[in-house]
Amino acid sequence: MTEQKIRVLVAKPGLDGHDRGAKVVARALRDAGMEVIYTGLRQTPEMIVEAAIQEDVDVVGLSILSGAHMTLVPRVVNLLRDNGMDEVLVVVGGIIPDEDVPKLQELGVRGIFGPGTSTQDIVEFIRKEMGAR
Amino acid sequence: MNLIQDTLKGNRRAIARLISHIEDEVPGAREALAALYPHTGRAYLVGVTGAPGTGKSTLVNELAKAYRRWNSPRTVGVIAVDPTSPFSGGAILGDRIRMRDLAGDAGIFVRSMATRGSLGGLARATADAIKVLDAAGYEMIFVETVGAGQAEVDIAKTAYTTIVVEAPGLGDEIQALKAGIMEIADIFAVNKADREGADHTVTAIQMMLDLNHASHVGGQALRRGSGQALRHGSGQVWRPPVCKTIAVRGEGVPDLVQAIEAHAAFLRESGLLGQRERERVATEFEHLLREQLMRQFVSRIAPEQWDELIERMVRREVDPYTAAEMLLRGQ
Repeated sequence: MTEQKIRVLVAKPGLDGHDRGAKVVARALRDAGMEVIYTGLRQTPEMIVEAAIQEDVDVVGLSILSGAHMTLVPRVVNLLRDNGMDEVLVVVGGIIPDEDVPKLQELGVRGIFGPGTSTQDIVEFIRKEMGAR
Repeated sequence: MNLIQDTLKGNRRAIARLISHIEDEVPGAREALAALYPHTGRAYLVGVTGAPGTGKSTLVNELAKAYRRWNSPRTVGVIAVDPTSPFSGGAILGDRIRMRDLAGDAGIFVRSMATRGSLGGLARATADAIKVLDAAGYEMIFVETVGAGQAEVDIAKTAYTTIVVEAPGLGDEIQALKAGIMEIADIFAVNKADREGADHTVTAIQMMLDLNHASHVGGQALRRGSGQALRHGSGQVWRPPVCKTIAVRGEGVPDLVQAIEAHAAFLRESGLLGQRERERVATEFEHLLREQLMRQFVSRIAPEQWDELIERMVRREVDPYTAAEMLLRGQ
């Protein structure tokens, strides 16, 4: 058996057009040896979950800067669950106000990374979560 | 989840998981493939190759849509291959960005795949992923290679119809004369045809085809692998059509679909489809056998012996041919 690659979907749900952060993270994950499926801007939760299914990813990373995270993230998480993908690790990056962090965690979002997070922290977090399985 | 039964029923999670298992060589994946094998051989396989940035993904997006809208719509599987970084082993698979129109259609399945060190423009697992989609009932399977240069020609041994995508301004007539990727085309698509130089590119390709045709008619039949001038007993020859497309606007795509269908009909009527399938199976089997023999053989060599041999070659005490001989003779 060869090494099992960690497959990560990096997606930008919603309407904001700022994907620099998502691209930086995608690149860092690639450099850490992961396979990153990058789907680009303006993805609906349905598109994201469909891609997650077809690509059989271990991790879904959502980058949201629009402030719509309390609408978008629950929809992604619920759709993943409806499709039997509960085991997928969901991480969120972007601008998330402190008071929303516990709410997202309650939904099952394990990693929440705000501005200033080093990409190395994200890489290590994903590796640790994957290793714990 | 029973991966075999659920894949045969077309369950998307099962299909996706099985492809991962094949890529990762999870125990049981081979047995699953063996069980699926009798259910394969029904899909029509189309390869799409060409240099980076010629618009392969956008074209595949349009082709998939066209086949879904066909008067008798066909289900479509897409396998899009992107390169693995030789340094980190990671990859960024970005072909889905251009295939977003395909979301939400249950008759389409798109899978991105990293080469994982494989050369030739495809991944080692590509042939097996095709089998999975085939067994799951997808009728048209498009395989998009990595951005290919001149040597990434494996796709011609994997697909029935190979489309080589060109764009204006990438090279001159001399490029069109070179061996390799230009020789494997069953169909040429000159994409981004609204750009300056598109007609020039078409002319350059046509001129190359004229030369091939002339040398073919004067000489003996060329073998498959130099796919341009196929001939069989009745003397039929397939001259690759050159289609101008503007994929971002969907222009020229109906012509391209017609060209695919015409080529498929040509292969069927001439009896060459069976020949291509035979060569496809033989090539795949050869690859597999070579890989397994190599693994089996290397696993019997002690790491110290391996390292020592490499060292001796570095010190020029022994040459690679002799070293290989020594290993094979078990010294």
